[in-house]
Amino acid sequence: MTAVLIAVAALLALAAVFGAVLGFASEKFKVEGDPIVEQIDSLLPQTQCGQCGHPGCRPYAEAIAEGEEHNRCPPGGQDTVVALSELLGREELTLDNEGAEDANVAKVAYIREDECIGCTKCIQACPVDAIVGAAKLMHTVIVDECTGCDLCVEPCPVDCIDMLEVKQTLQTWGWQRPAGIGERPDSRIEVVNL
Amino acid sequence: MSQAQTNKTRKTRSVFARLASGIRRPASIHDFHGGIHPPEMKHLSNGTPIVPGPLPQQLVLPLNMHIGAPAKPLVAPGDKVLKGQMIAEPIGAVSAAIHAPTSGTVSAIGPRPIQHPSGMDAVCIVIDTDGEDQWVEHQGIADYTEKSPAELVDLIRHAGIAGMGGAGFPTSIKVNLGDHQRVEQLLINAVECEPYITADDRLMRERAEQIVTGIHILQYLLNPRRTLIGIEDNKPEAISAIKRACKGCDIEVRVVPTKYPSGGEKQLIQLLTGKEVASGQLPAQVGVVCQNVGTAYAIKRAVCDGEPLVSRVTTLTGDGVSQPGNYEVLLGTPVRDLLAHGNLAGLDIGRLVMGGPMMGFTLHNPGVPVVKTTNCIIAASPEELPEPPPEQPCIRCGSCAEVCPANLLPQQLYWHAKNDDLEKAQHHNLMDCIECGACAYVCPSHIPLVQYYRYAKGEVRQQAADQVKADKARQRFEARQARIEQEQAEKEARRQARLEANRKKKEAGPAAASTVDVAALKQASLDASKAYKAAVKAAKAAEAEGADNLAELKAEVDRLKAVADKAKAAVRDAKDGAPVAAAPAEDAVAKLKKQVGDASSAYKAAVKAAKAAEAEGADNVAELKAQADTLKANADALKAELREAKTNAPAAAAPVAQADPVAELKKQVGDASSAYKAAVKAARQADEDGADNAADLRAEADRLKAVADQLKADLRDAKANAPASPAPTSPSTATAEEQPDPVAALKKQVGDASLAYKAAVKAAKQADEDGADNAADLHSEVARLKAIADQLKAELRDAKAAAPPTPKAAPAATATTDSPAVSEEQAPQSLSEVDPEQAAKRQKRLKGLKTAYNMAHKQYKEAHAAYERAERNETANADELQAMQVKIDKLKAKADNARDALDALVEEAKADIRAHTGKDLKTLKLEAARAESALADKQQELEQQRSSASEDTLEALSSELQALESETQIARKALKQAVEEQGLAE
Amino acid sequence: MSLITSTSPHATVKNNTGAFMRQVIYATLPGLAVLTWQFGWGSVINVLWAVIVALVSEALFLKARGRNIAFYLKDYSAVVTAVLLGLALPPTAPWWLTLIGVSFAIIVAKQLYGGLGMNPFNPAMVGYVLLLISFPVAMTQWLSPGEPLSFVQSWQLFTGQLPVDGLSGATPLDTFRTAHSAGAVSESELASHGILHGQFAGLGWEWVNLAFLLGGLYLISRKIITWHIPLGFLAGLGLPALLAWLIDPVRFADPLFQLFSGGAMLGAFFIATDPVSAATSRMGRLIYALLIGLLIWVIRSFGGYPDAVAFSVLLLNLSAPFIDYYTQPRTYGHKSSNRGVS
Repeated sequence: MTAVLIAVAALLALAAVFGAVLGFASEKFKVEGDPIVEQIDSLLPQTQCGQCGHPGCRPYAEAIAEGEEHNRCPPGGQDTVVALSELLGREELTLDNEGAEDANVAKVAYIREDECIGCTKCIQACPVDAIVGAAKLMHTVIVDECTGCDLCVEPCPVDCIDMLEVKQTLQTWGWQRPAGIGERPDSRIEVVNL
Repeated sequence: MSQAQTNKTRKTRSVFARLASGIRRPASIHDFHGGIHPPEMKHLSNGTPIVPGPLPQQLVLPLNMHIGAPAKPLVAPGDKVLKGQMIAEPIGAVSAAIHAPTSGTVSAIGPRPIQHPSGMDAVCIVIDTDGEDQWVEHQGIADYTEKSPAELVDLIRHAGIAGMGGAGFPTSIKVNLGDHQRVEQLLINAVECEPYITADDRLMRERAEQIVTGIHILQYLLNPRRTLIGIEDNKPEAISAIKRACKGCDIEVRVVPTKYPSGGEKQLIQLLTGKEVASGQLPAQVGVVCQNVGTAYAIKRAVCDGEPLVSRVTTLTGDGVSQPGNYEVLLGTPVRDLLAHGNLAGLDIGRLVMGGPMMGFTLHNPGVPVVKTTNCIIAASPEELPEPPPEQPCIRCGSCAEVCPANLLPQQLYWHAKNDDLEKAQHHNLMDCIECGACAYVCPSHIPLVQYYRYAKGEVRQQAADQVKADKARQRFEARQARIEQEQAEKEARRQARLEANRKKKEAGPAAASTVDVAALKQASLDASKAYKAAVKAAKAAEAEGADNLAELKAEVDRLKAVADKAKAAVRDAKDGAPVAAAPAEDAVAKLKKQVGDASSAYKAAVKAAKAAEAEGADNVAELKAQADTLKANADALKAELREAKTNAPAAAAPVAQADPVAELKKQVGDASSAYKAAVKAARQADEDGADNAADLRAEADRLKAVADQLKADLRDAKANAPASPAPTSPSTATAEEQPDPVAALKKQVGDASLAYKAAVKAAKQADEDGADNAADLHSEVARLKAIADQLKAELRDAKAAAPPTPKAAPAATATTDSPAVSEEQAPQSLSEVDPEQAAKRQKRLKGLKTAYNMAHKQYKEAHAAYERAERNETANADELQAMQVKIDKLKAKADNARDALDALVEEAKADIRAHTGKDLKTLKLEAARAESALADKQQELEQQRSSASEDTLEALSSELQALESETQIARKALKQAVEEQGLAE
Repeated sequence: MSLITSTSPHATVKNNTGAFMRQVIYATLPGLAVLTWQFGWGSVINVLWAVIVALVSEALFLKARGRNIAFYLKDYSAVVTAVLLGLALPPTAPWWLTLIGVSFAIIVAKQLYGGLGMNPFNPAMVGYVLLLISFPVAMTQWLSPGEPLSFVQSWQLFTGQLPVDGLSGATPLDTFRTAHSAGAVSESELASHGILHGQFAGLGWEWVNLAFLLGGLYLISRKIITWHIPLGFLAGLGLPALLAWLIDPVRFADPLFQLFSGGAMLGAFFIATDPVSAATSRMGRLIYALLIGLLIWVIRSFGGYPDAVAFSVLLLNLSAPFIDYYTQPRTYGHKSSNRGVS
């Protein structure tokens, strides 16, 4: 009987000690991590396009944190889905982008200024204030601020906003990934007048 | 054969030298990790002296031959330029000027293929050379030490000098470090470690003195503690030439073992100083400045000879050229011309490389020009630099890690770059890769490692840029959200404030509100005093009864007295301030009215008091009733007096307003009908109160109605006569002058009336809230005023409706007087001229008609409803009903008339629009679009507010919405019509 | 006329992965020759048969994976695997033993992981361990050195026509382990068991190991391998052996015996140096090889198996990524090396 008591007491003592140690450790080495919403938000592309059905990236991040599926961000593409899967430890879904255009092509809004009637609808629609102008005056897009979300296209009463592909410049040009194993990394070009 | 032999001897010597340097390496030469020894191939081009390059037909000068901002062109196509003339100036801190390399004419400034691996075009200045090579006037500085360093830096900047070793960093930046940065070592990079290239080698052999002068200038500018020249041991002639030139000065020549990439800036610093430049930092931060020998030479030319950078020594080599060697090439010379100059035999070329074989890039187009950084052009035969074999799997052999000068693990970088695992690649210090190509050179699997790293670096930069952009977007989005929320909050706050203000205004009483309107003030004053009096009476009655709430009542009395006094004072003030607008004739009537009011209110108060007493079972009921009766008698007497006065007053006023009997009549009618209405109301009130005199009042009302009807009939007659009389007597001008008068007068009356009405409404509300006894009175007064106002409004409408026909008739008359031929000729012209005016007029008319019709229709409906009600309730007798029926018919006719007129006008407008549709189509479209967007907007707002906003806002919004809807409809219709017309016309 | 456009560098070394592998194969020839000299034609037959099996199974699987067969066969990696496994097998091995081992090594340990460069484990050693566990008897039947069989006898052994029992004997390591587990043995006793017939590691075996050492030095001289792994391997095996032998020469074998018996040299220069499955940085490779050597000594001295090259290599293959985590070199311009993430 005493043996049993001793065993129980010893176990209790051990439990208490380890509990204390664990408690101390959890306090001492507490990870001041970002709240999950912040982390999700930081992975989203911040186009604020609303294609996920939420009025912006942050609200979608909150929705994901509350259990909404994380494959509804066409601008982020499959990469974002994968990154979110990793972050959240959820199943890797395929991007739910039915009807959406190719997200890999960066776009920027362009207002055909001759046709703009200055209705300010697009200014109100722009989630990042990237359109400047005043009532009855021509509007224009601040290209550097435009996220290419195309939210301004639909409200335009005269359809004078185009989504243009961002053109490659010498500054944005980059080397392509090599063709891979089994392929020659070079190419041949025809040259005349040599 | 002989070449092979010399090659062999050179090789043995170099091996020997290497051994020797390995054994007796000076303590001051350090080593860096890795490195390779590719075949040097320098013998191809280092045996012949530098010769001038070709003078091509056309020179192409990219605005960006250097790192940094492109230069800004100073010339325009067609301009003549001389050799050495600045044709583009540096913009911003990091930039360099461009000069015409020879004399000629600027033929174009536009995109041309440039020195970039992408093969993309960029803006270039194209010069058609004239073959004279005529210099612009220039002069060197004999003694540069006379100039301040700042002046020399500026000179270097404007001489367009940029790093000649390959990077092209503007030299003016590197020699202008500021006082806080002490330069320990100035390193002159004469290593030239890449295979094939011999430009610096030949330059040192042939122009060592000038190079040393350039180094002296650099020393003057930077004031370094030590100056070291690093030369690879495979250039013995250059070493001896430089050593000769440096004799006796504080420049140390350091021979470094041949190893690629010793000439990399960081590697040379490590070799000569043992220092490492920390990742992401510049050499200057460890007290070292590196300059290429070519740059030193260019500085000498710029400072001492006044010649800006217009040419450079470029090695043309490879098995694809028959005359390999070094050429002093004019900047902007297309590679094609250079090849034509050096490849007379027309050998087969397999690839064209600008720069060395390790770090240069292949050209897509032989039209690419030689620029400031072009130290070598390799035209390799297909066998010399063959197509790379296919990439094989990485076996992690580690050869790459053995040769990496940055001590990276290229095999790991490759693995991560290949799998797009950029985070891990960066963790393996991807960004510290200098892209020297040593790893790819030794890779047995022929993996294009450098391309993988460049790709991964590009992706990293892209991601960083995307991240920055995303952060910015997030910030802007959040700022916008905050702003919108704040706006909402402010809107709400404003609304609350407004409500609060309204409440306060109400509490402050009519006094505050009535400062503008004497009539309203009077009314308020009257009301107040009435209330006061009633209260006094009630108090007295209560006192008599010995009621408990005496004190309360007294307090109420006091308060009301104060209110009344205030109101009176306000009236006085307003009267004093305002011009004496009221006609003196009306004074008596007003006084009478007041008395009547007082009397009736006193009577009513008495009745109420009596009732109250009765309810309380007080003793003095009989007494009170008697009092009430006396009061009633009093009131009746006064009323009769008032009536008399009223009927008399017009008669007196009539002569004054002789000119317009119609107006006079109207006024009478108004008075009469208002009196009638008041009477009706009073009667109803009495009914409700169960007063004894209800029957009397009703009778009175009937009487008044009869009077009113009589007057109305008179008015009709007068009206019927009125247009007839002015028309013949006075021409159109007269009508024009006269016509506005009654309308204006009416308008004024309407304004007054509605003001009075509003004041009354306020007073009534106030009274309601105060629980004042005279609330009912006030209400009746309000109703009266409203009736007056409505009557006036209707009149005004009539007048307005009657007014337009005359001006319309006028043009018709003039048209008929003119000859038909002339009218036909002039008609279109006049139409187009008068058009906008006419359109505006018509629009106005259209609007007027529309409102008139609406009003008429509304009145008609109201009347109809009243009639039905009366019929149903059997409150009115047959006569009354008939009268009402008549009235209804009249109103209906009026409405129909208005409707017809409106339709006619609309048709006219439509026709007009049709006629002028062509040019206004766009306007119409835009209007439609704008209206529609505004409508959608409002709808949305309404939708949003529905849940949150108060009734008031909602109502306001919905009315706004309706207005917008109709507007939109009009716009849409107009547009549609216009479009249809357009379609038909086409 | 067409121009080649490619990224820099535009010049590369002329050799390729296939050449690398061929060098390795050439370097095994001295060892193969000594094996033949000591034990007869068994090893040669094994190696040739293994090469055929490897090429066929590799080709079949490349075809199944839809790859370019010729391109991948030309890298000779399958041949190297086959040669090394053939050398490691006893010369008495029958044809089916080699078939199972080699096909398993190629198909499972290499191709199923994605082919060359993707396999985390040394394929030859995976095959060897499979056979050692599955067929322990067949795998430990070595012939007595110095008494080479004729080609006919070897062939008959290979085809299974000749029973192996009468011919085979224990290897020195086996003998030592048996004696050792039976209790402390004196040097004279060992000598009486015929172990120390040679100079220091048993007759025949020392020659075999010397031959592999020679081949390994050739590889180092040709820069096919670096010195880090062989040196680490031998130091990891030799230093503890020396230490233990100095402490207790009766209980522990002397270091020369350890280094020149069994598969020590083959392991040090040919097996552990397989770059694909080894650690990748210089420091990492040194540590990796030291641990292999140490593990071999531990297993030889205290474990249940006479030799332990295969087990040790596989165990360290397993820990190679972990070693790589902690042994990144310090990059130019950085104060310290990065750790923690591979």
